[in-house]
Amino acid sequence: MAISGVALLAICTLLGGVLGDWLGIALGVKANVGGVGIAMILLIAARLWLLRHGRLSQGVMQGVGFWGALYIPIVIAMAAQQNVVSALKSGPVVVVAAIGTLIVCFAAVALISRVGGPVETMDEIEARKTGVSGR
Amino acid sequence: MSVITHALAANGLLTAFAFVGVIMWVSNLISKRLTFGRIHGSAIGILIGLALALWAGAVTGGQKGVADLPVLAGVGLMGGSMLRDFAIVATAFEVDVAHVRRAGAIGAVAIGLGTVLPFLVGVATAFAFGYRDAVSLTTIGAGAITYIVGPVTGAALGASSAVMALSIATGVLKAMLVMIGTPMVAQAIGLNNPRSAMVFGGLMGTVSGVSGGLAATDRRLVPYGSLTATFHTGVGCLIAPSLFYMVMRALMHG
Repeated sequence: MAISGVALLAICTLLGGVLGDWLGIALGVKANVGGVGIAMILLIAARLWLLRHGRLSQGVMQGVGFWGALYIPIVIAMAAQQNVVSALKSGPVVVVAAIGTLIVCFAAVALISRVGGPVETMDEIEARKTGVSGR
Repeated sequence: MSVITHALAANGLLTAFAFVGVIMWVSNLISKRLTFGRIHGSAIGILIGLALALWAGAVTGGQKGVADLPVLAGVGLMGGSMLRDFAIVATAFEVDVAHVRRAGAIGAVAIGLGTVLPFLVGVATAFAFGYRDAVSLTTIGAGAITYIVGPVTGAALGASSAVMALSIATGVLKAMLVMIGTPMVAQAIGLNNPRSAMVFGGLMGTVSGVSGGLAATDRRLVPYGSLTATFHTGVGCLIAPSLFYMVMRALMHG
């Protein structure tokens, strides 16, 4: 049943949202702290549990997989509803701060992700996996 | 004509699916024919989305891009936080736990730096443009973290609405620039493996920017970046109005 996958996904997302709100309240913050991340961890745990007990059915995979596949269209819909006009209109402080932040953070990503030596790229991981399973 | 617009408006979410689907067809075509696959179709799609939002904002004077056009109101639901979070969580199904464990500590470091560095840049910029009071400096600095941390901090500290607007705009512009800029710098900053994706998510923060930027670079990296990015806003909301504000107040003598 595809609905079992969609329901599992919904339960994890809702539970993560509630736990994130509680974490925010516990820390005295007016925001959801890591709700989506908690939901992702719950879903990863659920998948491992289902796999171990032989219950990871085609339906569950289809139900979750469909929404994962809709991810990029949803991001485009998100882009199409940004307040681009005001972001571009609000003057030099905004532009300088945003571009400055971007440059500094990109540089930091380059530095930190090189700490600890080279790691397998996504392509190498995929090549290794498909090689092992013989697909 | 009114029959058509009525049908489109009454089935808003379906209209949104069709609308975004057409954008994706066009962007994949552009990607293949004009850039010979060098620029990812989803990157072009995001750019088209932003361009349409700019056009719609200019036409309607609203704040929600194309979602302010009655016919395309469904885009607001499709790209809103509910379905966005739903789809991001769904990508966790593809996560390889071993990679997350290996990158856990470095991801935490990235979140810390991703809070401090943007704040410093934001404060320095605001200072350079003449702001001298701790509340305004902190609020604009917080906006450089994400566009949610900015207003949350400003509201907590009682910043003026003009400063709040600057703070939000900084965060929104940052998110857009991350969406557009990531595919361009991906190769230079080594963004091709789960670990650097987690570092990237922690440093850039903004879930919308990170998820859009990674989607435009390599769809397989999305779950890893989102996993760290989602903690970023919470950490920012925690630290900016408290620790950062106290430091700024001490520095500016009130």
